[in-house]
Amino acid sequence: MYSFNELKKAARKTAPDTIKKTRVAILGNCATQFLATAIRGYANLNNIGVEIFDADYNQIDAQLLDLASETYEFRPDCILLYLSTDKLYEDFLDMPMSEKAGFADEMIGKLEGYWNIIVSNAGCRILQMNFTDIQDNALGSFGAKTASSFAYQIRKLSFLLEEKMSARSDVYPIDLLGIQLHLGQHSFYDASLYYNAKMTIAMDALPYVAKSVIDVIKAMNGQIKKCVICDLDNTLWGGVIGDDGMGGIEIGELGRGHAFTDLQRWLKQLKECGIILAICSKNNEDTAKEPFEKHDEMILRLSDISVFVANWDDKASNIRLIQETLNIGMDSIVFLDDNPFERNLVRQMIPEITVPELPEDPALYLQFLQEQNYFEVASFTGAGSDRTAQYQAEYERKKLEQTFESIDDYLKSLEMVGEAKPFEQVRFARIAQLTQRSNQFNLRTIRYTEDEIEKIAADDHYLTLYYTLKDKFGDHGLVSVVILEKKSDKELFVDTWLMSCRVLKRGMEEFTVNKIIETAKASGFEKLSAEYIPTAKNKMVKDIYKTFGFTEVDDGKYEITIADYKPRDVYIKESE
Amino acid sequence: MSREEILSQVQDILRDEFEDDELVVTEATTAHDVKDWDSLAHLSLIHEIEGHFGIKFTMGEIQGFKNVGEMMNSIEKHLLK
Repeated sequence: MYSFNELKKAARKTAPDTIKKTRVAILGNCATQFLATAIRGYANLNNIGVEIFDADYNQIDAQLLDLASETYEFRPDCILLYLSTDKLYEDFLDMPMSEKAGFADEMIGKLEGYWNIIVSNAGCRILQMNFTDIQDNALGSFGAKTASSFAYQIRKLSFLLEEKMSARSDVYPIDLLGIQLHLGQHSFYDASLYYNAKMTIAMDALPYVAKSVIDVIKAMNGQIKKCVICDLDNTLWGGVIGDDGMGGIEIGELGRGHAFTDLQRWLKQLKECGIILAICSKNNEDTAKEPFEKHDEMILRLSDISVFVANWDDKASNIRLIQETLNIGMDSIVFLDDNPFERNLVRQMIPEITVPELPEDPALYLQFLQEQNYFEVASFTGAGSDRTAQYQAEYERKKLEQTFESIDDYLKSLEMVGEAKPFEQVRFARIAQLTQRSNQFNLRTIRYTEDEIEKIAADDHYLTLYYTLKDKFGDHGLVSVVILEKKSDKELFVDTWLMSCRVLKRGMEEFTVNKIIETAKASGFEKLSAEYIPTAKNKMVKDIYKTFGFTEVDDGKYEITIADYKPRDVYIKESE
Repeated sequence: MSREEILSQVQDILRDEFEDDELVVTEATTAHDVKDWDSLAHLSLIHEIEGHFGIKFTMGEIQGFKNVGEMMNSIEKHLLK
């Protein structure tokens, strides 16, 4: 971690205007100048743009209630609210004994009041510091069951805060309590600094707090980790599976194995939270997979792993293969490996990837990873965020593709089955969604609502087609949408043609046009007209009508005589 | 540690704190003599000195230093403990 001195120096520099700046107003019931300095410095050292307004000491009410205050004038993207426990503790001590038991309820009411004022006056997000703890000990441990004690009230307040925050999407917690727990009160709090300057966080603790704030801002801006790629030997279990065998590797509740088991438990939880797990190991594939299939004490199973790569190629190439399969940014991947040589190689070859410098002792792996806070998010959908099965199928396709000499052989081997049908009630929602979301393979980018799709489906002036595709690895579902408008008895116009990019270059384009022509012919049309409307994102289909033999009759406008179209060869069989 | 050594190390810390490599510090130097030495910078400076010498000033000391010499008296006192 940086020292406060480093942050202080970095804070003096100004970030370049080219990076997007998140505007943060800091409001505290304590002095926050050094906190602001630390956040500024940490942001600069990590190339994160922030602009900070630091309100004067204990001005929360004045700043929030006055519509002309500096806080509102600053136009913040978020307001960091810091009600320090040290100050609340003094308020608590000043309360008459008879009222102390109502402290937490009163405080949470006050806080909710602040939130409501912020949302209505500034319409911005709230970064809410949670509450640290103070060992008051007025009643010793007995305070933990006495409603009028500070211990009881501050913990109740923490719980109420969690409850209230979870009900709102505009409040983002900063886990200050977690930092106090990590550093210990003697490092987190400096009594002399508090009494000298009313600052409640020790200077050596500020870099940790700054990291926590910036981590949340990064997540709010979409910079999150999506995938963990793990080495196997001495990373996920103790020992070397190729040498020690199934009976020899260390995993389970006994001895050193326990540390690896707990790491696996934590990774499994990440997977259930939507993080993709992948394996990258120098091993024979069968040997590497055996523990996942047959070892009773393994927590992680093959079904938990989206992409499993075990071979003797270099790890950087294998990581690239995994990244391409998952189609996610390198900067959203964390790579875990116990071997410093592999770590350095991967860092050098792929600078964007995150490669933690794991401690030498495997007992410390889990704690170390938890402390890095790699997996900050700004939202959580709960169950259903797990897409492991889809990624597994995609990887099987990718692997197969590499074993074939020609693309035709590969496509043949996929055993694809396609289907084209007129719009149906059960598909309206998905069809509308595709018209709204498809940007790249979309010829005219006309957006339709579900209502409009329903009307088109029932309208005699239109012919509609939706396409599904499956192959031997899985079902892609509804991948393409076509809307044909009857211009006259003889002419059909392609109002909409879009396709999901997941199935690009597999013959689906050809399959689609073949079916359009077939449908037009069956209804007695003689001419098909079409149009390409360029957008910032749909260049990939700019010339697609030309490749299918259409003639450009005007800028972006195309025509083909139906009798002239020669059906294209495809490896997609039509569904029976 | 001799008084000269302490002064020289304190001077280094001040030079770093105020980003001025030419800064000359004597025992008579006060906050008024150094540009940017305000109350906030004072706290940060105290933190650096404490960290460097491995000591912790009392609350009274921090508020009471009249010049660098007095601060050095406190440093010496804590180093002897």
